[in-house]
Amino acid sequence: MSQGEPSAPARGESASPVSIGLVFLCTVLGAAAQILMKRGANHLTGVGWWGILTNLPLMAGYVLYGVNTMLLVTALRRGHLSVLYPIIALTYVWVTILSPMFFVDPLNGFKVAGVALIVGGVSMIGVGTRA
Amino acid sequence: MTTPFSSMALVLGASFVGSFAAVSLKSGADRLAPGFWRIFFSWRIGLGVALFLLSSVLFVAGLKNGSLTVLYPMVSLGYVWTLFWSRWFFHEPFNRSKILGLLLILMGVSCIGLGNR
Repeated sequence: MSQGEPSAPARGESASPVSIGLVFLCTVLGAAAQILMKRGANHLTGVGWWGILTNLPLMAGYVLYGVNTMLLVTALRRGHLSVLYPIIALTYVWVTILSPMFFVDPLNGFKVAGVALIVGGVSMIGVGTRA
Repeated sequence: MTTPFSSMALVLGASFVGSFAAVSLKSGADRLAPGFWRIFFSWRIGLGVALFLLSSVLFVAGLKNGSLTVLYPMVSLGYVWTLFWSRWFFHEPFNRSKILGLLLILMGVSCIGLGNR
């Protein structure tokens, strides 16, 4: 890798801002994939493999997971695994917030507390990269 | 609701396999030469994807039975394993913010498990 590329982590940094942004995007796409796959699984009509292959939401979910993996690999080139990997926990946050809109899955105190704790934890790891 | 031992073993196994998937993707990413198509020809990345698929199969099997209050905290142990592997394989430093942040994430995932009962 050549020196001084714009997305390379600066000295003393353990992840470039671009990498952090990419993993953040992964969590949004990952949540969308999970919701699509859940919807697809709830409305599985055909039988066996044909039912899975012709289920549009389910297939869209798989495609999103594929895109996600490529983004994650791209992000991992410019940052520490121990910083970037825990950011994926934000997927829980989006799924918990979005599920009430798509399923009978209401929010409650535990879920709100969980969302707040995860956001706090990911932020804390993010802040630590600037040490 | 009681949680069968088999469910706990499956979820723990899934978190363990998933953490090695992350290690494999990271080591593949570090060795990737420039060029978009290279990503499809790296055996390390292929292995990472295969391990992620295996871990998701184990997760689904494990979460089918048993209480999410017990199983969700186990799901999030994958982040703990990954922190250890990051140090072990890639010599990344532990620091207070990583450990505290991870602790908050574990508590958060456990809370969501409680809320999903």
